[in-house]
Amino acid sequence: MRHEVRFSGFGGQGIILSAVILGRAAALYDDKHVVQTQVYGPEARGGASMSAVIIDDEPILYPKVRDPDTYVIMSQQGFEKYGSNPRKDAVMLLDSDLVHDRPSCPWVGIAATGVAKKELGREIVANIIMLGALSSATPVISGKALEKAILDSVPKGTEELNLKAMKRGQELGSAGGSS
Amino acid sequence: MQGNIASAEGALAAGCTFFGGYPITPSTEVAEHMAARMPKIKGSCFIQMEDEIASMAAIIGAAWTGARSMTATSGPGFSLMMENIGYAVMTETPCVLVNIQRGGPSTGQPTMGAQGDMMQVRFGSHGDYSIIALCPSSVQECFDLTAKAFNLADRFRTPVFLMADEVIGHMREKLEIPDSVEIVRPKTLPEGMLPFTPGPDGVPGFAPFGTGRYTHVTGLTHDERGYPDTTNPARHDALVRRLVSKIEDARHEIADYTIVNEDAEYVFVCYGAPVRTVKEVVDKRKVPKTGYLQLRIVWPFPEELLKRFPKCRAFIVPEMNLGMIVREVGRHVKIPVIPVSRIGGELHTPEDLIEAVKIAESTT
Repeated sequence: MRHEVRFSGFGGQGIILSAVILGRAAALYDDKHVVQTQVYGPEARGGASMSAVIIDDEPILYPKVRDPDTYVIMSQQGFEKYGSNPRKDAVMLLDSDLVHDRPSCPWVGIAATGVAKKELGREIVANIIMLGALSSATPVISGKALEKAILDSVPKGTEELNLKAMKRGQELGSAGGSS
Repeated sequence: MQGNIASAEGALAAGCTFFGGYPITPSTEVAEHMAARMPKIKGSCFIQMEDEIASMAAIIGAAWTGARSMTATSGPGFSLMMENIGYAVMTETPCVLVNIQRGGPSTGQPTMGAQGDMMQVRFGSHGDYSIIALCPSSVQECFDLTAKAFNLADRFRTPVFLMADEVIGHMREKLEIPDSVEIVRPKTLPEGMLPFTPGPDGVPGFAPFGTGRYTHVTGLTHDERGYPDTTNPARHDALVRRLVSKIEDARHEIADYTIVNEDAEYVFVCYGAPVRTVKEVVDKRKVPKTGYLQLRIVWPFPEELLKRFPKCRAFIVPEMNLGMIVREVGRHVKIPVIPVSRIGGELHTPEDLIEAVKIAESTT
């Protein structure tokens, strides 16, 4: 099964890291072929950021995502630039606190930034909440593989916080999200 | 793993013990990774230099102590290295430069991919010379070709270039790191032989400083002792012709390539990131009558390989520049050669190349 996943948001949210974690989970722990790419500007923070992952059972030749079946969108600008024209059967996870528009395809709203701030005390883990939701709301990645890849990727001392964020995301994702 | 980091790991696997560099997007991860790894490896040295001119000077100096030395850069940094690249050529200093190509000219597009330095790497420093340039198209090739670059640098006593691009350098995919890589060090200078007396292959043995031999190193035209001799036309002629021919004469022997569908009528000649699109079109979508020649060593250009496609009606050359290697292909064949130029930072799509095949069909 092939999946093309596109992440978008603004610089500083961990958009590229999200794709790296997803790619690592699929490549190392779900034993798939994976290519991860990104588009970013020279700004350190705040510019529109996009990253993408292709997951396939076969070797991946053309490396760029062109027709995503899955989206994770974390800003209004990211939605406008990279999420406004999805194919009909795509699934879009969006941060319902930061994205105001809604797509024409099926979507799941996850209040990731709000939950990260209010429940977990750290806005910075909003991307991990989105990844958690991705693992429960879509068939893209298994929860087990994701957990291992998160532990591989986050700084020492933040494992517990990040796993909490992942689990909260999985709950929100399997509940079908909110509007 | 990312292409840039795979390149750094390839260098370490090949025994690189000196890195002198100055960070610049999109090559920064190479220096960053070396800075993290090298202090933990005994006998290794990482120096962040004050700029790219000094970086190039530093790796030349390190090479003359016998170390395998490397730098990495992009865009304007590569331009700054040009003078000392010529110095490395003239002094026959083995060293490796990684250039993660980005959009130019000038500061251009720091975070976007390009292949606009393919002529600069060949001709960018002043005077006549030749170099070796390798082009990876995957994370695995970033590792493998960087390791290989050190062997070529040592064997031919020349700067060798890993001409990657942002697309490949910043892409992440699976990498298999072998238990060991082949390491071929330079020929040592035989007893009684002068330090710039060439062997039968045109390459002199190497006696780095500290190995008990007297060696004079200069960028001036020099005799076999290494002493300046700048007004003797025959001396200069012989020296520079040897610097060129030691590499050009080996071009078919060192060629590193993949050929698919020798019977193809429309043949892509490709290197670097566009190889991925070509493979999608030929290997996966199996567009009829197409084949390809992937070059992992672009310079010296192995023109004999173009004859391996006897039924070819047109060559198609996709590049992330306005047409560089397409001219090199064109000067060796009598059939149409069609450029597919794409600049701006995005890789060719499969549709771009399928369209080019249609154009080729309609014009031949």
